[in-house]
Amino acid sequence: MKLLTKLAAVALVGLTAGAASADMLDVEKDELKFGFIKLTDMAPLAIAYEQGYFEDEGLFVTLEPQANWKVLLDRVIDGQLDGAHMLAGQPLAATIGFGTEAHVITPFSMDLNGNGVTVSNAVWDAMKPHIPMADGKPVHPISAAALKPVVQQYRAEGKPFNMGMVFPVSTHNYELRYWLAAGGLKPGYYSPENVTGQIDADVLLSVTPPPQMPATMEAGTIYGYCVGEPWNQQAVFKGIGVPVITDYEIWKNNPEKVFGLTAEFAEQYPNTTLALTKALIRAAIWLDENDNANRPEAVKILARSEYVGADAEVIANSMTGTFEYEKGDKRAVPDFNVFFRYFATYPYYSDAVWYLTQMRRWGQIAEQKPDAWYDAVAKKVYRPDIYLKAAEMLVAEGKAEKADFPWDTDGYRAPQDEFIDGVAYDGRQPNAYLEAFPIGLKGAQKVVGGRVDG
Amino acid sequence: MTAILETAPAFDAEREAQKARTVGRINKAGRFLSALGLGWTTPLMLAAAGDSPKAQLREAGRLVGVPLAAILAFLLLWAQLAPMVETSLGAVPGPAQVWEQAVNLHEDHVRERGKEAAFMERQEERNAKLVEAGRADDVKWREYTGKPTYYDQIWTSIQTVFFGFLVATIIAAPIGILCGLSPTANAAFNPMIQIFKPVSPLAWLPIVTMVVSAVYVTNDGLFSKSFLNSAITVTLCSLWPTLINTALGVASIDKDLVNVGRVLKLGTWTKITKLVLPSALPLIFTGMRLSLGVGWMVLIAAEMLAQNPGLGKFVWDEFQNGSSQSLAKIMVAVFTIGIIGFLLDRLMYAIQAAFTYSANR
Repeated sequence: MKLLTKLAAVALVGLTAGAASADMLDVEKDELKFGFIKLTDMAPLAIAYEQGYFEDEGLFVTLEPQANWKVLLDRVIDGQLDGAHMLAGQPLAATIGFGTEAHVITPFSMDLNGNGVTVSNAVWDAMKPHIPMADGKPVHPISAAALKPVVQQYRAEGKPFNMGMVFPVSTHNYELRYWLAAGGLKPGYYSPENVTGQIDADVLLSVTPPPQMPATMEAGTIYGYCVGEPWNQQAVFKGIGVPVITDYEIWKNNPEKVFGLTAEFAEQYPNTTLALTKALIRAAIWLDENDNANRPEAVKILARSEYVGADAEVIANSMTGTFEYEKGDKRAVPDFNVFFRYFATYPYYSDAVWYLTQMRRWGQIAEQKPDAWYDAVAKKVYRPDIYLKAAEMLVAEGKAEKADFPWDTDGYRAPQDEFIDGVAYDGRQPNAYLEAFPIGLKGAQKVVGGRVDG
Repeated sequence: MTAILETAPAFDAEREAQKARTVGRINKAGRFLSALGLGWTTPLMLAAAGDSPKAQLREAGRLVGVPLAAILAFLLLWAQLAPMVETSLGAVPGPAQVWEQAVNLHEDHVRERGKEAAFMERQEERNAKLVEAGRADDVKWREYTGKPTYYDQIWTSIQTVFFGFLVATIIAAPIGILCGLSPTANAAFNPMIQIFKPVSPLAWLPIVTMVVSAVYVTNDGLFSKSFLNSAITVTLCSLWPTLINTALGVASIDKDLVNVGRVLKLGTWTKITKLVLPSALPLIFTGMRLSLGVGWMVLIAAEMLAQNPGLGKFVWDEFQNGSSQSLAKIMVAVFTIGIIGFLLDRLMYAIQAAFTYSANR
């Protein structure tokens, strides 16, 4: 009976043979293992797997959750993972040698926005008197100037004001610092000898893995944190904290995660790299399709314990366009997670340069570098050439629209100014950009001993 | 008439003899069963066979009834107290929720196997299409890439602990024998043993990870790096009990036996295999039992950090999930770890009972 069914299947299928298989790239390595951290923006990976996009390209992918960002990066560099969901700063930091050194590249930006800053209930209550209200609700965006008096009070009482972020080169670290500095608080510097990032700081920032943040805040070790979803909404659900601002309000449509691989892998397996980029682009298209119509299904997939695992209601908020600040204060933030719109998946050099400028601003890059250096590093790490080739193939196969890709860009976005402090950013002039900030290293300044020199 | 009266006592005697034989057999089996931890069945069987039933039932009550009652009392206490503790992940789960999650995990496993079957079907179709199109050499057969289910993770943990334990035994037993036989060797090894013994697996893990990364450079070999990291950490922590107990066992063999060996002018190899090992076996096996116990505990911690896909990683991932079911699932894992640890210990005890000579055999 089984043989008969098989023969019948073969006969039926034989009639439609040929066409589909001809499109598949000849991939060199088809069994791949990708790592991720349990955050909602690993969605493109989960969707590419569940919707069969990886299989369509002839790739057999295992997705494995990792313990923390350091383990994830080390395992990619080591070769145990073929690629991973990475913070936008990780490939850059690895390539310039801050932390474990390795040439890591990225051909695909996974999403825009998606983070928030949450503070504990006690800190929120202390902040409220300093926040302008309208109709009984706080006016958004809330500036860190409202946090300044609270920090000063804590320090006067002898309590260091600790906040958490996920990794020294994470987008959350830079966004939290940006927000704090815009409100007049000093988030601390790094120096070659002292990499805690707390030199001369008003607010002490330290690393906590994302899933442990709500618990650490509850325990009182930190008074707030900057992290991706679902950990901000989780704090609201559990009643242990209040999100004060999303990174959409700090920098509208900021680049968040990228898909990172070693340069070695991309060189050795070019077709495989193209195939996986194609699958990821398709997943991103699906996530933003029809005005986010597929998001509820995505939430159900992400709620599974092998992906993000948090309760579906907690994930649903941000993925479906709302964000709950104070309990009961739900506001519409339709672009909280952007996976494909606004050319989100194109790896812009200007995005890389922004991260490099922030690394310089806080001393992770210890010395002044010429504008050309920023451009060179960005070109080494971000690979829009692979992205565009993959996009071309998808358009030819009819799986994507030509208009959805920025074919003519030189890799730099037009100057952006939708930041919380209004400072305009032009990726082609990083040093001039650094000069515009009251707080942060500029020009040839260095951190020596415990202070800024120069 | 007389014939019936005469055969009655003979019939009774026959029954008595048969009962005595059955009791004898049950008792003999009882020794074997108690080595397997099933010794509580003996009084029940004896009571059924009619051998002083009241006393046997009392014995059975002590061996079976009392533990069962204690377990029930524990479950009731847990069910009462658990909802009183509220954590940020919800109330502490009681026995009912833990059971529910255990069932969920089983259903997950069944669903995943269903997905695997669907994947295999798709693969067959795809390959059939390729063969039809005349591209028979493009046909690939690949393993299913879905997540490891709970049972897969249990199996991975068991494999890892046994691998680590075997390597530990292979290293520790010869060194232990050497230390036991030669006081000089003992003096040489002792300081290092004492210093490395108390080191926790979490301190070994980064070093092991670095060394494995440097030495085991292939990623397609027989073992994955995370498996090796966990197994070697288990080895490093569990070799000490075996080593110390073996040394002790060897050092404390009966002096008379050593003298006999000298009189017979036995060669070293014969001395070791015929004299030393057999008399040191009880202590060697005790050491191995302790090692396996320690290894199992260490494994869970090592897996959490090395990301070996076993029970340790399951607990860590559930903690990271932070969903309302996470605590209950972690408790299921706690019970699983405990039960497997108990079974492993029983296994070692049974092997030990098989190999050692005691007054009963």
